[in-house]
Amino acid sequence: MSLDDFIYNSKSLWMEGNGPEADVVLSSRIRLARNLRNVPFPHKANLEQADKIIKQVFDAIEKSSEFAGQFRCFRMKELTHLERQILVEKHLISPALAESEKGAAFIKHDESVSIMVNEEDHIRIQTLYPGLQMEKAWQLSTKIDDVLEERLDYAFDEKKGYLTACPTNVGTGIRVSVMLHLPALNMLNQSNGIFTTIGQVGLTVRGLYGEGSKGLGNIYQISNQLTLGQSEEDIINNLKGVTKQIIEHERSAREKLLKDAGIRLQDRVGRAYGILSNSYIISSQEAMELLSDVRLGIDLNLIKNLDSRILNEMMILIRPAYLQKFFGQELNEYERDIKRASLLRDRLKQSEIK
Amino acid sequence: MLCTNCKKRPATVHYTKIVNGEKTEMHLCQVCAKEISDFQFNFEPNFSIHNLLAGLLNSMAEPTVGIDYQRNEHCPSCGMSFNEFSQIGRFGCNECYSAFEGRIEPILKRIHGSSVHTGKVPRRAGGELKVKREIDLLKAELDRVVKLEEYEKAAEIRDKIRELEKQLDKNK
Repeated sequence: MSLDDFIYNSKSLWMEGNGPEADVVLSSRIRLARNLRNVPFPHKANLEQADKIIKQVFDAIEKSSEFAGQFRCFRMKELTHLERQILVEKHLISPALAESEKGAAFIKHDESVSIMVNEEDHIRIQTLYPGLQMEKAWQLSTKIDDVLEERLDYAFDEKKGYLTACPTNVGTGIRVSVMLHLPALNMLNQSNGIFTTIGQVGLTVRGLYGEGSKGLGNIYQISNQLTLGQSEEDIINNLKGVTKQIIEHERSAREKLLKDAGIRLQDRVGRAYGILSNSYIISSQEAMELLSDVRLGIDLNLIKNLDSRILNEMMILIRPAYLQKFFGQELNEYERDIKRASLLRDRLKQSEIK
Repeated sequence: MLCTNCKKRPATVHYTKIVNGEKTEMHLCQVCAKEISDFQFNFEPNFSIHNLLAGLLNSMAEPTVGIDYQRNEHCPSCGMSFNEFSQIGRFGCNECYSAFEGRIEPILKRIHGSSVHTGKVPRRAGGELKVKREIDLLKAELDRVVKLEEYEKAAEIRDKIRELEKQLDKNK
């Protein structure tokens, strides 16, 4: 599978958008941090040591009966800036890995797994599933972890668990996160209260693209902060319990909106649909906000002729790097706004259910 | 209204941030907002987890009466000093954890509220620990069945424990 396939095939598994609780939960992700014994952590390792780790991970995958031939390796130094950015926009690698000349990513063909090598830790296994499927994501990531451990010597301490470059990840090395679409809670100004409470139970909230991007398109990521002292199952169950409550809050907020402000909501949703299908210049911020409205309209059955995956897919496709790759040319901001509008018009037409 | 950053273009991005109840309003033009980063309205670009951690570490490294906490130990394996660690918030290699053992313990407690791993144990690297945990479980089970006076079962469990302990001895 070539890089182009990863790029033009816009749909990762998680973008299919048909997991459990898909009306609120866009995706579930698990990340495991692992390091090798007696090799300096990536920020201290030289190029030779870093290259050796990439090769070792490659061997561990290719010599396994379970995963041989299912991953493709991308070395950051062999990719253009734009190509790296696309992998970031698709949530397959982190911005930090994209910046690293020592880094590499092993990506499974269905894009449900990416193994980042030489990011902050030697190895970071990431699994991504649509909807609320943390257990599935955990089962897959722990299996890959076992396969890698058969051939790699992990840095593990009986008391402190998996040793990581940053002490905030030590122990289980696990980060569990869910991406939620919470338009109704936001409209009713209830989201802040919920997020404050979340912080008190060891979880953290971020926007779609990291700290400070809070609320863009009403999309939030919730993840665990603590990695030591609790088992992986406890951490997952804790996050799952909180997520389920947020889902209930969001659903009742949607019902309340529909009941108290039905016509105004319908108007807002209809206008969003109208602008997205008829605009010729649009920023990604405006597009995200409108896509969020349209998605809410689909979920509440106010828009009946559109596929609900439109939000999951378009929130990636309208990002700057993806747009430039899609249209095969470098674009400045203004040109991107024009191309984005054209892409949105096309895709909305394609997503119509006849 | 003009952009508060470049003071040239009209402000189109309005942003209110509230830190500890103190409200700051930001009015930026699209260009400046983009420059500050695509959607990441991060007005303190140097505020990362590593900096936060480093601050925490420095505040904990205050000298305590009678103990020489200012000694600057080095990791024998990668050569990183504790001072360097407390500045960047990252270790140099897995050996750092044993090199700075005594000083890491309180840090982990402060970050995680715990300093003992109870999660997954890797098959190879944690082989012995896996056996030890199994022995612990069996011992608890042994106590339980002895209390219930199920001596046949107890004997079985005792044999299992002995077998596992032999395994541990062999590996030594």
